[in-house]
Amino acid sequence: MPDPIHQFEVKRLVPLDIFGVDATFTNSALFMVLSVVTIVGLLMYATRGRALVPSRLQSIAESLYEFIANMVRDSMGEQGMKFFPLIFTFFLFILTMNMLGMIPGAFTVTSQLAVTAALAILVFITVLVVGFAKNGLGFLKLFVPDGVPIYVLPLVSIIEVISFVSRPLSHSVRLFANMLAGHITLKVFGGFVVMLLSAAGAYKALAPLPLLMATALTALEFLVAFLQAYVFTMLTCMYLNDALHPGH
Amino acid sequence: MDPNSAKLIGAGLAAIGTGAAAIGVGNLFGQFLQGALRNPSAADGQFGRLIFGFAVTEALGIFALLIAFLLLFT
Repeated sequence: MPDPIHQFEVKRLVPLDIFGVDATFTNSALFMVLSVVTIVGLLMYATRGRALVPSRLQSIAESLYEFIANMVRDSMGEQGMKFFPLIFTFFLFILTMNMLGMIPGAFTVTSQLAVTAALAILVFITVLVVGFAKNGLGFLKLFVPDGVPIYVLPLVSIIEVISFVSRPLSHSVRLFANMLAGHITLKVFGGFVVMLLSAAGAYKALAPLPLLMATALTALEFLVAFLQAYVFTMLTCMYLNDALHPGH
Repeated sequence: MDPNSAKLIGAGLAAIGTGAAAIGVGNLFGQFLQGALRNPSAADGQFGRLIFGFAVTEALGIFALLIAFLLLFT
């Protein structure tokens, strides 16, 4: 059976060393560049006409914008719109990397914990900086919920702090684990087809069954690829909302 | 115990977690349908929240599956 982990191997394409820092151009970096080129190219090509009655491509770009703008307005209110560029970038970047990863043979950047952790830590630091810059020490009200009896307040505060600090962990592992487990599952079911075909006699007839399963799982993976990008941006909105309005 | 067989047993135990996530997802859609049939006009507006809850719940099952895979293949 082929090794299902093999597809996540980071290959060094162009070795590069900048003042002792290993800045090798890997296949991971290549797919990140590809996704950026795809996003920028698609959006610029789609909106080049700026027609009042949008063409089909332009309406795709417009509905993407509206989709994220509505999400931001619903969760953070009108003042959240200054974070719109950040959140729109997150959504499109993660969505494109997930979708590029669904091409057979392509590398899935979001299946690397280093990438998703970097994104999640960026969100965490943004929440901290915005929270303290906007509310000062009032941001600490986030850890002291209203209407809690005074004798359980220390316990509740400790739990709130722990849940706040563990946010980047769950935020990054959710995206990473979904993409990793999904791609391994696809590979494992693909391996079952090969194993059954090389088996003796009547077992060969069973080979279409895992193939059907793999096809259904591919459809599920496309759904997951979109949903996880959506969930990541949605959680980013909720965390930034905490930074803007800490009293809850 | 042979470490390899311990790994396989561990992977099997980790896979139980996916069953627990299945309970959660079933609960989620069951409760949604119950609410949706009581008030069908409000159901469409909650679809986004349903999908969001599904993704968050399903992720926990995926964590368990990930541990099983890591034990099996690394």
